[in-house]
Amino acid sequence: MAAAVLERLGLALVTMIIIVVVVFFALELMPGDACSVNLGRGASDSMLAACQKRLGLDQPPMWRFAAWAGDILTGDLGISMQRERPIAEIVGWRLRNTLILAGLTAAIGIPLALGLGVLAGLNPDGPLDMTISGIAIFAMTVPEFISGTLMILLFSVILGWAAGVVTIGYKAPAFDLLKASILPAATLIFILAAHILRMVRASVIEVMQSDFVQMARLKGVPHRRIIMHHVVPNALLPAISIIGLTMAWLLGGVVIVESVFNFPGLGRLAVDAVADQDLPLVQAIALLFGFIYVLTNLGADLLALTLNPRLRTRRK
Amino acid sequence: MNAVRPALPLPQVLRDVLAQRSGRIGMAIVCLHIAIALAAPMIAPQDPAFQDASGMLQSPSLSHWFGTDRLGRDVFSRTLLGGREAMLIATAATIIAMAWGSALGISVALIGGRTDAIVMRFVDAFMSIPWILLVMLFIAALGSSSAALVPVIGFSYGLSVVYLARAAALDFVARDFVLAAQARGHSRWSIAVTELFPNVRDSLAVQGAMQWSWILLGVSSLSFLGMGVAPPTPDWGQMIADARGIMQRAPWALIWPMVALSSLVIGMNLAVDAWARATGVERTRRVPGA
Repeated sequence: MAAAVLERLGLALVTMIIIVVVVFFALELMPGDACSVNLGRGASDSMLAACQKRLGLDQPPMWRFAAWAGDILTGDLGISMQRERPIAEIVGWRLRNTLILAGLTAAIGIPLALGLGVLAGLNPDGPLDMTISGIAIFAMTVPEFISGTLMILLFSVILGWAAGVVTIGYKAPAFDLLKASILPAATLIFILAAHILRMVRASVIEVMQSDFVQMARLKGVPHRRIIMHHVVPNALLPAISIIGLTMAWLLGGVVIVESVFNFPGLGRLAVDAVADQDLPLVQAIALLFGFIYVLTNLGADLLALTLNPRLRTRRK
Repeated sequence: MNAVRPALPLPQVLRDVLAQRSGRIGMAIVCLHIAIALAAPMIAPQDPAFQDASGMLQSPSLSHWFGTDRLGRDVFSRTLLGGREAMLIATAATIIAMAWGSALGISVALIGGRTDAIVMRFVDAFMSIPWILLVMLFIAALGSSSAALVPVIGFSYGLSVVYLARAAALDFVARDFVLAAQARGHSRWSIAVTELFPNVRDSLAVQGAMQWSWILLGVSSLSFLGMGVAPPTPDWGQMIADARGIMQRAPWALIWPMVALSSLVIGMNLAVDAWARATGVERTRRVPGA
């Protein structure tokens, strides 16, 4: 057990280090740097040189990488080009807002998906399954920006239940943000739940056909008990790692959904930063999203490890 | 996927696809879209960029079948033309993604050992960054011209192809016929091309079709965010972004590009599902873009 946990921790750490390397050197290979991108083509040579000197871009790449990576270790993400403020300061509040949105999505979406997945899987091809699976396939195929816009059209324009676009600032109190998160979270839940419930459904169908369920049935174990004690735990265990992987989608979806609803989070900040040609800021946000992904997956892995002893033996 | 299946000839696969109802519907939708995209410049009734200052936000009529948008442009013509650039970018990017992804995936499966471990660590790290941020990182540095979008998207989406090609090839690396080829002294290159590739071809083809529809969604999402297809070229994602502010007054400007994009993706999904069943490829539904 301890060895397995250490292995997961080590892998996550290595991946995070490689992310730092990759985010830095991928841009190093591109033509241009933070200064030339930000100043555009009209910049004079002296302006460019002054900017490069100010940011230390005239130093050799390896040296700059060491400085950048060292700063990240201390929580310093650099200086934004456009806003001329420390990135950590700009990112802080918006990271909180994105975590509120993602947290709300996960808190409602995951239990909902598990429940619906089990319901659909218990009676495959029944009317309930057809309805749930049909909606799920629609949710999975239609892109986030269309489902988000349809949500606004339905709940805001037609029904008038909620404001379509978030108007509060990024420093708003957490409770206001929670209220503003309702429609964006609903959009994300709609799609996230679809992905997870499809997996859970398949997993339930598989477990229902397994020998031990047949055995339990032949022994005369009551149906409810079979479902609750034999099927559900075994079907949900594999779902944990799926949920971790679905986070990659959720984090990408957050960028688009935040833009659709004008939600003041990290994703929309990234879109703004690209428009502002603020390379260091985009870099920092990509790094943060990568870290969040690795850490949630690590969490899911460790949870799976605690709940499922079979994973603890080494595979090789 | 345990038995080695001889690859089916294309006409046979096509017959099997069309024998399924979902395959027929999917292929019909996709073919219709391709036909419209090809013929659009000829059949579009009006110049998609023409702005009629006196005829903004007109509701659908005989002269404007789908109405006009907030600049007085003909929504019908723009919807017909709106998929061309995205489909072109998606096609080019899919070719790049499949080419480098499967080449690298098959190679590391064959070489194995430390090379495999190191390469996959890097692929893992790249895939930890959501595709859209990875693409945005490059766009921020390179700008969002089609010339930059194609390689950037091709690279980003190729990462998951590495995984799939590697997994597919690993199924065969320890088989007798590969070992026999190694014993005969064939080079790695010749084993990859003559022994492994034919066996993973079908699953890569299905994967490629799936990638195409994901990339199309990706390009449309980027256009929606203002980082993809740039005006004046009409594009569905861009049209949807443009019509959002006026959805109450002119819903037609919003609905038609949505219908066009969604129907193409749904059609593609149906067709790929049928194709996967016809070639016996297990389609592992992965999280798009992961």
